[in-house]
Amino acid sequence: MSVASPTREEVFAILEAVRDPEVPVLSVVELGVVRDVALAPGETIVTITPTYSGCPALRVMEREVVEALERAGLPNPRVVVSYTPAWTTDWIGPDAREKLRAYGIAPPGPRRHDDAPDVLVQLLRAPDVVACPYCGSRDTELRSEFGPTACKSIRFCRGCSQPFEQFKAI
Amino acid sequence: MAPDATPDEPETGAGAPVAPRIVPVTTTLGPLRPTATSGQPADAFVEYCLRLADDRLVLGHRLSEWCGHAPILEEDIALANIALDLIGQAEAFFSVAAEAEGRGRTPDDFAYFRDDVAFRNAMLCELPNGDFGVTIARQFLWTALQVPFTKALSAASHAQLAGAAAKAHKEHVYHLRHAADWVLKLGDGTPESHARVQAALDGLWPYTDELFYADGVDAAVAALVGAPVVTALREDWARTVEAVLRQATLSVPVADWTPAGGRLGRHTEHLGHMLAEMQSLARAHPGAQW
Repeated sequence: MSVASPTREEVFAILEAVRDPEVPVLSVVELGVVRDVALAPGETIVTITPTYSGCPALRVMEREVVEALERAGLPNPRVVVSYTPAWTTDWIGPDAREKLRAYGIAPPGPRRHDDAPDVLVQLLRAPDVVACPYCGSRDTELRSEFGPTACKSIRFCRGCSQPFEQFKAI
Repeated sequence: MAPDATPDEPETGAGAPVAPRIVPVTTTLGPLRPTATSGQPADAFVEYCLRLADDRLVLGHRLSEWCGHAPILEEDIALANIALDLIGQAEAFFSVAAEAEGRGRTPDDFAYFRDDVAFRNAMLCELPNGDFGVTIARQFLWTALQVPFTKALSAASHAQLAGAAAKAHKEHVYHLRHAADWVLKLGDGTPESHARVQAALDGLWPYTDELFYADGVDAAVAALVGAPVVTALREDWARTVEAVLRQATLSVPVADWTPAGGRLGRHTEHLGHMLAEMQSLARAHPGAQW
């Protein structure tokens, strides 16, 4: 790689090696956290966006992105945090979803668009059907919308009697 | 202790042979000035952002007090998660305020180095957690407004403000689902849970009036960037709240008094106590990194 004048593709390839500290099976690129790479003369600017406002992993990812680019010898790497547009699980591609499932985390389902602003309608409607990442059973239930990290909910599989995590669709 | 020994607490330097360097507050913050409103649109914009951020910081800190104390593990995790979301949202709105203000203050300066009179949160957010019924009722009443409010704010013409609001909106939608779910479970649960959540609603209800406080700040920012004026959302809020309470077999309280003043820095005595704990570490070790 010509470090003096890297291409955007080369920078993205370096960032593919930076893992999400909470979900190490995915890179920050696959997760959709890396939004843009800008190459100015003598400077590399990476724009990232948080998954959730309070995601404690954001600062770690910021640091690891800078470290990875420094290790690769890129000039003056810098991270910019952007909140717009808001992160969505729609940015997690099919390959990444399969990696999640193989890792034991049910991938996010289709995002519910803002079709039901009424909270009672949301609470009383039929629950989402989510397949267990271990046994594939669709006989699962939501235990809590809040999991060990902000981006995951806790579900339980009646088929294999295992609790499991699901990436929340947002 | 050998001169090269590791300090007991590497983060703060406590126990080190040489006392840690104390950085005066003025060095880290620059001159401190009160966040009074001058009537100028730019100041109104900062004030508007601080009201948004302070609600979230104060309520987020209150929720974090449940960490390790919630009735069940899942709920402990849920309240801590929501606390993190709210504190993260506060940071985003503080950042917008800081940039507009242009005096080099950071979100941490706003959070840790202002006194209670400079906080602009509604008093509902600072009230003590009480029992689980009070915490859930407070969360439900506040969040039921934030869902339509942040949706409207995400259409504002100020990109950073609208972006922070759009992000917050996504989170408020599931925060409201969480709180409303508990209102249903507690209201339509046992006689004791019903009585407790009804008592919580009755006690908190007067403080909801202040959520709809609007003044020249709101009018100026509405004109400046098309931000919503909260009074326009009162019916929307009432519809949501009344529908959930009805479904939960709870009655809608009637307020016989309506305290106000939080948006102008006049608070209950509870805020000062909360801040004393929340700010103690940052003030004891200004500029500490870990």
